[in-house]
Amino acid sequence: MHTVIQALILGVLTGGVYALMASGQTIIFGVMKVVNLAQGALVIAGAYLSYSLFTSFGLDPFLSILVTTPALFGVGAGLQWLFLRPLREEDRAELSLLVTFAVALGIEGVLSVTYKTNYRTIQAGYADRSFTVGGYQISAVRLYAFLLSAALLGLLYLVLQRTKFGRAIRATVQNPEAAQLLGVNSRVVAAAGFGIGAATAAAAGAVYGLLYSFNSGSHYDLISRLLSIVVLGGLGSIGGSIVGALVMGVVAALVAALGPPIWSDFSFFIVLLAVLLLRPRGLFGASLRGAL
Amino acid sequence: MTTLLEVEHLTKRFGGVTAVDDCSFTVQDGAITGLIGPNGSGKTTVFNLVTGYLQPDSGRILFAGRALARPDPAALYRAGLSRTFQHARIFPRLCALDNLIVAAGHPWRSLFTRRRGHADTNRALALLEEFGLAAHAEHPAAELSYGQRKLLEFASVLMSEPRLVLLDEPTAGVNPTLVATMEQHIRRRHAMGISFLIVEHDMNLVMRLCDPVIVMDRGTRIAAGPPDAVRADPAVLDAYLGQ
Amino acid sequence: MSRAGVIRALLFFGLLTALPFAVTEHWIVNLGVFTLIYAGLASAWNLVGGLAGYPSLGHAAFFGAGAYAEAIYFQHREAGANGLMPFLVLPIVGAGVAVLGLAVGWIAMRTRSDVFAIVTITLLFVAQTLAFNLNSLTGGSQGIGMPAAPFDVDTYERPFYLVLVLLLVVSMGVTWAALHSGVGLSLQAVAADEERARGIGVHVTGAKLLAFAVSVGIAGMIGGVWAYYVSFIYPQFAVDPLVTIGMVLMAYLGGRGTLWGPVLGAFILVPAQQYLAYQYGATQLYLIAYAAVFLLIMLLLPRGILPSLGHLLRRRRAAAGRSPDEPAQDPADHAGAGTGTVAEEMAR
Repeated sequence: MHTVIQALILGVLTGGVYALMASGQTIIFGVMKVVNLAQGALVIAGAYLSYSLFTSFGLDPFLSILVTTPALFGVGAGLQWLFLRPLREEDRAELSLLVTFAVALGIEGVLSVTYKTNYRTIQAGYADRSFTVGGYQISAVRLYAFLLSAALLGLLYLVLQRTKFGRAIRATVQNPEAAQLLGVNSRVVAAAGFGIGAATAAAAGAVYGLLYSFNSGSHYDLISRLLSIVVLGGLGSIGGSIVGALVMGVVAALVAALGPPIWSDFSFFIVLLAVLLLRPRGLFGASLRGAL
Repeated sequence: MTTLLEVEHLTKRFGGVTAVDDCSFTVQDGAITGLIGPNGSGKTTVFNLVTGYLQPDSGRILFAGRALARPDPAALYRAGLSRTFQHARIFPRLCALDNLIVAAGHPWRSLFTRRRGHADTNRALALLEEFGLAAHAEHPAAELSYGQRKLLEFASVLMSEPRLVLLDEPTAGVNPTLVATMEQHIRRRHAMGISFLIVEHDMNLVMRLCDPVIVMDRGTRIAAGPPDAVRADPAVLDAYLGQ
Repeated sequence: MSRAGVIRALLFFGLLTALPFAVTEHWIVNLGVFTLIYAGLASAWNLVGGLAGYPSLGHAAFFGAGAYAEAIYFQHREAGANGLMPFLVLPIVGAGVAVLGLAVGWIAMRTRSDVFAIVTITLLFVAQTLAFNLNSLTGGSQGIGMPAAPFDVDTYERPFYLVLVLLLVVSMGVTWAALHSGVGLSLQAVAADEERARGIGVHVTGAKLLAFAVSVGIAGMIGGVWAYYVSFIYPQFAVDPLVTIGMVLMAYLGGRGTLWGPVLGAFILVPAQQYLAYQYGATQLYLIAYAAVFLLIMLLLPRGILPSLGHLLRRRRAAAGRSPDEPAQDPADHAGAGTGTVAEEMAR
C-alpha cells in the first residue's frame, strides 16, 4: 500500500509537469486547429537552453525560465508566421502535421549540431534533496517542478480568463469567423497562440532538464507521451489535458512501481489504445471536427 | 397517399440551447413538401437529425414505416433517403463524372471491380447531360461555379435512385436563372416518382412548388398544410414578422 | 490502360532492369538498390497517405517489422535455394505484416486523420523501443544478423536490385489497380470529405483498412529485402523515423495520390541525398537539410511536381482555347487530373 501511495505521489508530481507541456499543445490546437508535432522538440530546446545558461552562467534552471520563456515565445510565433501562416486554408489540415513534424526535425538537427548527441542533464545542487512527509519521500526537484507548473498553469488561466488578449484567444478557439467579425486579429492570435505553446514548452523544458537526461532525439518519446495525453484529455480541452496528464503520470508511476519498469514506458501507448477503442473523443473532447 | 417519413417528438439540445423542441410532422409519399420557418427555427437541425448526422436527445424517426434506432446516414442512403447540403458538398478533386459514380450505391464487390462500371457510367453521363454538366464530365468539380456544384450535388444524390430526397436550401446563393432550372429538375424528378422535403427561404418558390408546407418556429412545428392555408395562417405571420 | 501508359511503363521498367547488367560499378548499382527501396516505400505509402489522405507517420515500423521477421527467421539458418530463400519467403512476410497492419489500422483509423497521425508516430516510437528491448527476440541494441548471401561478388547487388524492381512493380501495380477500381474512387472520396463519403454509402472503413494493410505489407517486404542486403540490422536503423520522413517527403515531392509521383520523388531525392552525404558527411546536418527541403516543398509546391505540371498545362490549354460558356473560375484550387499530356497521364 505504501508503494502505491508513493507511486501516486510521484505520478501526480510528474503529471503536473506534463500538464504544463500538454496545455501549451492544446492552446495551439485550439487556436489553429493544428496538432503541433514539434512540441516535444520545443521542450527539449528549452531544456538545452536552460542547460547552457546553467553551465555557462550558473543560472538556476527555475530562474532561467525568465529568459527562455520569452525567447521561445518569439521562436514559436516566428515558426507559425514563417511556416504555418503561408499554408492555404484547404491544405492546412493535411499539411500542418507534416510541417510541424519537419520543424521538429529541424529543431532536432540544430540541437544535435550545436550540442552533439551526448546525453545531458542539469545537475543542480538540490537535485538529490528530498522531503519526508508522513513516511513518504518527496523529491525536492519534483515538488518544485510541480509547484512551478501549477503556478504557470494558474497564470495561464488568469491570462485567458481576465485579459483582453486571453478573451481574444478564447473567442478564436470557439468560433474563428465570429471572432474575426468582432475585430479580433486572427493572424496575431494565431502567432501568439503558438508563442504561448512554445513558452510553456520552455518552462517545462527547464524542469525536464532537471529531472531527466536528454539529448536531441528525446523529443520522439516526449511527443508520443504528449499526444497520448491530449488524445486522452480530448483535443482542444485544456482542462482535459491537465486531467489527462495527471492520469497518465499516475498510471506510468503505478506501472513502474508494481510491474517491470519497461512496461511503464508503454503505459502511455496502452492508454492511448484504450482511449481509441473505448472513447475516441477523449474525456472532455468536443465531438469530431468535420461535422456539419 | 402513404406516409414516407414520420418525425415524432424530436428534441435536440446543444448546451443550453434547445434547437429542436418536441417537433413532429409527417412527409407523404409522392409529395413535394416544403419546410420553412424564420432563421433559427431549427429546420437544418431537423434535417441533420432525420438524416442521421446528429442523434436526437429524444423522439423517433420512421422512414418507410421502419423506426430507426440510431439513424445512420449510410443506412438511410441505402434505404432510399438522400440529402443535399446547404453549401454543396461535392468532392472537389474528383471530376464531375466520378462525383456521380461514387454516389451510386455500393455492394462490397464494387471495391474490386472497375472504377467506372458500365451501368453506373451510363447513368451518370445521362444525369450529367440532363443537368447540363456533360461538358465538365472529366473536369475536377472544383472548377465548377457554385450553382453548378449545387446541380452536381443534386444529380449525385439521384444516383442511388432514392425514394425521398431532402434538399437543404437548394437555391440559396444561386442566380435567378438557376433557381428556375432547379425547380424544373425537382418537378421532373417528382413526376418520375421521387418525393422531396425541401428547406427553403425563397417564399415564391415554396408557394409555387410545395404542397404541403410545414412551418417551424423555435424548434417545433407551428403549422402544416397547403401553401395558401399556411400563407394566411396568423401563427405563421406572427412567427416571421415577430422576429 | 492507355497505350502511351503501357509503353511508358515498359520503357521505364525495361531500362531499370537492364541497368545492373549494363553497369558494373558497385556504387551505381548500390545507389539503384536504395533508390528502389525508397521508390517502393514511397509508392506503398502513397496508398494510405496519398490516396486516402491519411498521413501515416509510422510506416517505418512496418518496414522494420519485415526486416526483423526475415532476420529472426534466418539468423540461425542457411540462406537456402542458392541464397534465394530469403526472397522466396517474402510473400509470407508481406502477408504477416499486412495482418498486423489490419489490426493496427482498425484501431488507428477509427478517428480522423490528425489523430491517426498521432497514433502512427506513437506506434513508431513504441516499435523502436520494442526493437531495443526485446533482447531475446531482436538482439536488442546488439542487432541481429542474416546469413551472408552466396552471390557472386562481382554482381552481388544484382539479385537484390532485381527483387526490388519486382517489388516496385507490385507497389505500382497495386496503386494502378486501386486507381482504376472502386477502391481508389472510394479512397479519393474519403480523402476529400470522409463524412459525406460515408453518408453516400461508400465503404469507408473497408477501403481504408484494405489500403493500410496492403501498404504496410509491401513496406514489410521491402524491409525484408533490406535486411538481407545489409546483412546485419540494428534497431535504430530498422525502425528509423528518417525512413518514414524519406518516403513521405518523396511522395509529396513527386505528387501524392498519383501513380508516378512517389517514384519520381524517390528518383530525385535518393541520389541527391547520397551526393550530399558524400560531399558533406556529417549526419546531423542531414536532419536540418531534410527539414529544410520538406518545408520548402510544403510551402512552394504543396501539390508536388506532377500535379503542378499537369495543372500548369491545363491552364495554358484552357487559356488558349476557352469555350464561351465555361465558367471564368480560377482552377487554382485542385490537383489537375485531366487527360492528354504526359504529365497529366502520369498524374492519374
